[in-house]
Amino acid sequence: MPEKFHIHTYPAPPRFRPVGKMGIVDWREDCSSCHNCVKRACVYDFYRDEAETLHEDVGYLDYIYQCKGCLSCVQDCTKGILTRVANPEYDRLGDEYFTPQIITTTWFQADTGRIPVSGAGYGGQFSGPGFDSIWTDMSEIVRPTRDGIHGREYINTSVDVGRKYDHLVFEDGKLSSDPYPLLEVPIPVMFDVIPEIWDRGQVVPAVVRAADKIGTFSVIRGKDIAAGIYAVQNNIVPLLDASVPDVDEVFTAARMVMVPDSKDIISVQAALKAKNADQIVAVRISASPESARRIKELAARDIEVVHLVFDAHGRERVSSNPRHARDVLREIHGALVKEGIRDQITIIASGGIALAEHVVKAVICGADLVAIDIPLLIALECRLCHECAHDRLCPVELDMIDRDYAVNRIVNLIGAWHQQLIEMLGAMGIREARRLRGETGRSMFFEDLERDTFSRLFGERKDQDGAH
Amino acid sequence: MSATSITKPATSVQPPEEFLSQPEYAQVTRKVRPAPPRYRNEIGKYSVYRANNCRRCGKCAELCPYGVHTRPEGYGLLNRPFDYRCIGFDCEKSDHYCIDACPQGALSIAANPCFETLGDYRWTADLIVSTWQMAETGRPPHSFLESELGDSEGGFDKLRFRFPVKPPADLRREDISTEVILNRRKDNRPELKMDVPWYGGGMSFGSTSIYAILSRARTAKAWNTCTCTGEGGYVDRLIPYADYVITQVATGLFGVREETIQRAPIVEFKYAQGAKPGLGGHLLGDKNTPSVAAMREAVVGTSLFSPFPFHSLYSVEDHKKHLDWIAHVNPRALLSAKVSTPVDVDMVAVGSYYAGAHIVHLDGSYGGTGAAPNVAKKNIAMPIEYAINRVHQFLVDEGIRDEITVIASGGIRTAADMVKAIALGADGIVVGTGELVGLGCVRCGNCESGRGCARGITTTDPGLEQKITLEWGTQRLVNLYSAWREMFVEILYRLGVESVSALRGRTDLLMHIDYENDGSKETA
Repeated sequence: MPEKFHIHTYPAPPRFRPVGKMGIVDWREDCSSCHNCVKRACVYDFYRDEAETLHEDVGYLDYIYQCKGCLSCVQDCTKGILTRVANPEYDRLGDEYFTPQIITTTWFQADTGRIPVSGAGYGGQFSGPGFDSIWTDMSEIVRPTRDGIHGREYINTSVDVGRKYDHLVFEDGKLSSDPYPLLEVPIPVMFDVIPEIWDRGQVVPAVVRAADKIGTFSVIRGKDIAAGIYAVQNNIVPLLDASVPDVDEVFTAARMVMVPDSKDIISVQAALKAKNADQIVAVRISASPESARRIKELAARDIEVVHLVFDAHGRERVSSNPRHARDVLREIHGALVKEGIRDQITIIASGGIALAEHVVKAVICGADLVAIDIPLLIALECRLCHECAHDRLCPVELDMIDRDYAVNRIVNLIGAWHQQLIEMLGAMGIREARRLRGETGRSMFFEDLERDTFSRLFGERKDQDGAH
Repeated sequence: MSATSITKPATSVQPPEEFLSQPEYAQVTRKVRPAPPRYRNEIGKYSVYRANNCRRCGKCAELCPYGVHTRPEGYGLLNRPFDYRCIGFDCEKSDHYCIDACPQGALSIAANPCFETLGDYRWTADLIVSTWQMAETGRPPHSFLESELGDSEGGFDKLRFRFPVKPPADLRREDISTEVILNRRKDNRPELKMDVPWYGGGMSFGSTSIYAILSRARTAKAWNTCTCTGEGGYVDRLIPYADYVITQVATGLFGVREETIQRAPIVEFKYAQGAKPGLGGHLLGDKNTPSVAAMREAVVGTSLFSPFPFHSLYSVEDHKKHLDWIAHVNPRALLSAKVSTPVDVDMVAVGSYYAGAHIVHLDGSYGGTGAAPNVAKKNIAMPIEYAINRVHQFLVDEGIRDEITVIASGGIRTAADMVKAIALGADGIVVGTGELVGLGCVRCGNCESGRGCARGITTTDPGLEQKITLEWGTQRLVNLYSAWREMFVEILYRLGVESVSALRGRTDLLMHIDYENDGSKETA
């Protein structure tokens, strides 16, 4: 039996006190010091060491903001001196896209390598913009392996990166064409180049090492490789600047390189292929309303991989009315299918991938795989406070992080994401991630459900496109 | 219905057998009795403070009609204000506003910061606290609490009723029927009529405390409706309520035996569930205590994962064989197929009908009480608001709508949601989370971890489950059902609809505020 892909995770507790959503506070001056203090009855033992840790940095604050929120102590205190309050620090985490909830759930996954689980149903909004306006389908009967949870490992999350023939040519019963170079990635997630403000200490080495452990790829700036900071290894994708083709020999060994789109991109690709014909050349382009046209053009001219870069919130990189990746990817995928050339080009999408579910939804919309950067930094406890952009001290001392510890946390995050991909693929009745690409039949879009259900009953929707 | 005595919260260990042996509790009624919160400091919208300069004149206690200020008979001191009953600044213009009336100026009122932290988009703090209030009093909550709408910005929260200017003159509230018939196939099986258009959803022994389970069963008996065992097996303690207990056959087949199937008026096949559509149920190891393990014939402390889907089910034909099996084992049972809401949910419902189901139970994606991966709860399968009308219309088009009962669940929180779901096309509703909130759930979501629910509801921890007594739990739910029914009837009265069956599919009584047909033209 072939070895099954599995990401091994190990607990990696946070170095810094995580920011909790809420906390319990008490007005001690009213405390009657009764002998049946509700704190002793805390089911989660948060108050166990209160007396000893009251004056320490950790400890007291630990239980304040790590409270599970059962409210038993608040409601049972004889004097009613306890209350629960929202933590203002929590609300300041992240931004409107990388919400505090996304950040804390990412921390949990990096800490534990586990899927976040909770009871009491779903408490979020009905739907939202972008990926939050997609639901994935499920099957009442079909399960890929028909073996419940114990067969989930048979679900294949691998995807291919590279060009494929639309048909094979045989002469005298033998294959007459050489196969194109193709890379197999065990999960549809690779690591994008880390923005320079976060390129500090062991962050990028940890990303490289984690990619290597998982078997995926990490994109690294070519200048850093040329400067000898990183060596070209199996899982590194050098990001070259547009001025090549006279590229440094140091990049020749790379299995895949990435170059920005340009007028001369075909000759750039030819120059790179001349040095290593098996090297895959990915073209990095910014997402815009022109993307579909440009990608069709590139595919027709033998470009094998496109890396489509959205902004951090998953939008086109244009100033007015940028569309979300959800719509852009569907347009591109649809255009390539219409031309009959979809398999001739691999699409990597990056930007706005914040959760495991976004990977699935981006692939459903038409990407072959995604590339991520910010979630990796959040896994390393980053709060997206952007203090570093102003040369101020990082509250979680990213530049001091130990490489192996950072690798552990990144691997944990991707391990948890991998499990969630399997959950969603399994529910959809999809046995392999390759089959998910563009499979919008396994999903439901907000505007379609609204139109099919409520427009029929209540007339036209006021916002015609049903968008958020 | 009148309040006669107070049901005390849990104070001591109380084995259910002992409780059931007491003759006064052997029968359960719909009688509403106050069932105060089991915690000292119930959370309300406002905090009322009484300062030290209070002279204990008792004027506030005399004035307040809501019971915020009380002085026990024979005592000089007043109780600490029951501020969760305070209606807040709505009281300001009345003649009993305690803040202004206090001769010492000793009283003050402020928004309760704890209330602000309660709830979420779907179950807002208002909905939680109003449900608590209904479970305590058995009456609709005061209008200072929003008890109809959540804050999810979609689905039920955007649907509104299209009330006529006046209900029909000959319609009386007391004549409005809330009965629902569950068997419409006109076969030789019982019709099964419920007095209210909802029944309790499946919550297994293992996921939920025995006191919560029995409280739900007793309430079902009182209101002539049903509750469901969930997939954890049929607990012997439920036998006295057997006529009101649906038993579930789920993929793990935990505790499924012929005698339990023969006992049940309805047998429910759980093909999928809204909390984790497309995934099997799971009970984490910590909650698999010796009694749970014995019921499930499993090893104590191991996590129990139910497979998905049924390993005996490969086709619609197999689905029919499943139902035939139960129909053969229990010739009087109704057959229910509980399914989630995939894109082709309408076809699933039709398939269930032709396989022989009396009930198709649609469980939408946003509901559920049990532990589930967050990624599944949020993303997999469609919300119930979409599914109901699709299924209803498809069954109508197929000409079989009046031969199968459609039950909806998954995020139905209030009486208003129930009316909306039925107007969209359901025959009845399954409730779950609402009942747990009635028992004091704060929706902290920690049901699955460690010893389970710290509030004693979804736990099998011997210590924690003592936080609820059977008497208190039953009364809370009896009260909640009473309040829900009163609110349900009031909405039907205002809509001018005389029965649940007349309400079904009446989408003309609804409007959606995001659509042109939002009622604004009528009100303009």
